[in-house]
Amino acid sequence: MGEFKLMKGNEAFAEGLIRSGADGYFGYPITPQSEVIEYLMAEEPHKRTGMVVLQAESEVAAINMVYGGAATGKRVATSSSSPGISLKLEGISYMAGAELPGVILNVVRGGPGLGTIQPSQADYNQAVKGGGHGDYNLLVLAPASVQEMYDFAGLGMELAFKYRTPVMVLSDGVIGQMMEKVILSEQVTRLTDEEIYAKYGDWATVGRTNGRERNIITSLHLKSEKMEAHNHKLAAKYKEMAEEEIRFEEFETEDAEYLLVAFGSSARISQNAVKIARAKGIKVGLLRPITLFPFPKARLNELADQVKGMLSVEMNMGQMVDDVRLAVNGKIKVEHFGRVGGIIPTSDEIVEALEQKIIGG
Amino acid sequence: MTAEEIIKNGQKVFTKTKLLTDNVMSYCPGCGHGTAHRITMEVVEEMGMEEDTIGVAPVGCSVLAYDFMNIDMQQAAHGRAPAVATGISRLWPNKMVFTYQGDGDLAAIGTAETIHACNRGENIVIIFVNNGIYGMTGGQMAPTTLPNMKSSTSPFGRDVKMMGNPLKMTELVAQLPGTYFVSRHAVHSPGHVRKAKKAIKKAFENVQAKKGTQFVEIVSNCNSGWKMTPTKSNEWMVENMFPFYPLGDIKVDGKLIEK
Ligand SMILES: Cc1ncc(C[n+]2csc(CCOP(=O)(O)OP(=O)(O)O)c2C)c(N)n1
Ligand code: SF4
Repeated sequence: MGEFKLMKGNEAFAEGLIRSGADGYFGYPITPQSEVIEYLMAEEPHKRTGMVVLQAESEVAAINMVYGGAATGKRVATSSSSPGISLKLEGISYMAGAELPGVILNVVRGGPGLGTIQPSQADYNQAVKGGGHGDYNLLVLAPASVQEMYDFAGLGMELAFKYRTPVMVLSDGVIGQMMEKVILSEQVTRLTDEEIYAKYGDWATVGRTNGRERNIITSLHLKSEKMEAHNHKLAAKYKEMAEEEIRFEEFETEDAEYLLVAFGSSARISQNAVKIARAKGIKVGLLRPITLFPFPKARLNELADQVKGMLSVEMNMGQMVDDVRLAVNGKIKVEHFGRVGGIIPTSDEIVEALEQKIIGG
Repeated sequence: MTAEEIIKNGQKVFTKTKLLTDNVMSYCPGCGHGTAHRITMEVVEEMGMEEDTIGVAPVGCSVLAYDFMNIDMQQAAHGRAPAVATGISRLWPNKMVFTYQGDGDLAAIGTAETIHACNRGENIVIIFVNNGIYGMTGGQMAPTTLPNMKSSTSPFGRDVKMMGNPLKMTELVAQLPGTYFVSRHAVHSPGHVRKAKKAIKKAFENVQAKKGTQFVEIVSNCNSGWKMTPTKSNEWMVENMFPFYPLGDIKVDGKLIEK
């Protein structure tokens, strides 16, 4: 029987890193995610598993420590919240360019600027459209529970190494701060240095072990043909992700005439909204994308043949709604409903918006 | 006569270290970067550490250091090499990790990363090539540009009232408890090259002995950026750079040298 624990989302992510065999974490405090590094410092994972934890001088330094560690084949992560993620984007773009694995958690707060420390989903576009400079995408996982905060630490790292790409866990202040029961998995043993040489020796910069040719980690391609070829290589990787890694969850969609689309904490509230609407006799379902990139386009397009309209519920001014519209490609009406500023939409407000914008509109 | 016939036993005076590749260096003829690369790689070879050394290249003229240094290398974002090296060194405490950075990279955009890596005493070597200018981007003013020195963004000379004062990064990091060996050198003459190489060797040996941060500055020329012939640039460097950036040890075995 598994081990249970009542934890905050941020703590669950930290514990998920330790238990999934992460080698290192580099971070910088910012609300509402500081519990990640606080938990790690208190747990002393260097004693539990040998995992390294360091508080960096800035988010810029932290992501570059991740870059350095990831480039040696180690399983390394960082976390922050919106303003800190903006600072990390230079390093994230370099990681994508240099094809480095790693997990970045964003516990999103409201913006722009210093914004608010209250929960938000306003970094959707930043996360799913790459965010930093250049032609790249991140694989983006959106947890909707404390359990998923725990699970996605390990899953994110697995996917990051599978594709040699940075993975973002896009959470928000609600999921990061709330407490729920978590089922903890067995401790995974960290890879030994010898296992890293054997597994990643063809690319990782761990020294020219056994006299092999040198490995180079770089995102620089000065020759146009090489840069173009590299961009195509990255694009092929994103295409493969779109074929292999789309994850989503449906709730009451079988007989649905209308659909809510929501991720993270908005999806939790939308699930309740579905129940309220159904009690009123409105046949509505919910699709919760778990991967925001790649996005469950095909399934949404299919559902557009079944339902009369979709409402994208987001804690922002309307970002994912664009991707829902692209997926639906004009077949039906798609509208957005959101609250911002740290105000969390209520289930009743969502039902009301559905009635006004989709059913009545 | 063939090369083999010319180089008979005993007549061979120089062998290129096998830790430099055969790639044609991208540096301007006369530039100090090439020599700094060579002595760094000679030290790694002499120590027999090529299988356990990881280098971090900066953004600047030496961005392509990984094309020339025949060891495992990472290319870092502008100024971030000390943070990248921190990540490597923390996760591989038994490896020899070094950064190679210009003055714009290390003393302007990367000031925070430099100071904090030095202050934490990260067990790394930092090789700091100070040519008083941004070479790669075409000769703009650097944090280390001398007062009244001309550059493309201080075309009438660096006016310190308007543009700020040059930053003596090496003296600054010597004050931090994490640095163990801090030394300033040059590579424009055989004697200076020998001294610089000795300092670099000491720095790497200290890292092997896990003594913390080792910081070696090399005051160098940028004949292209300074718009001088290589010979003239070296003369100018001796006359103008050395008085402001005096050569020699600043901190040895964790102790500041009394001057
Ligand atoms: C974030 C960022 N800003 C600016 C640049 C442009 N840039 C490239 S090299 C450089 C200055 C390099 O000067 P220095 O570090 O002194 O090295 P040198 O070329 O003189 O050896 C600048 C500003 C960049 N690549 N990245
Ligand atoms: S521009 Fe200056 S620093 Fe760069 S290679 Fe030429 S001489 Fe050297």
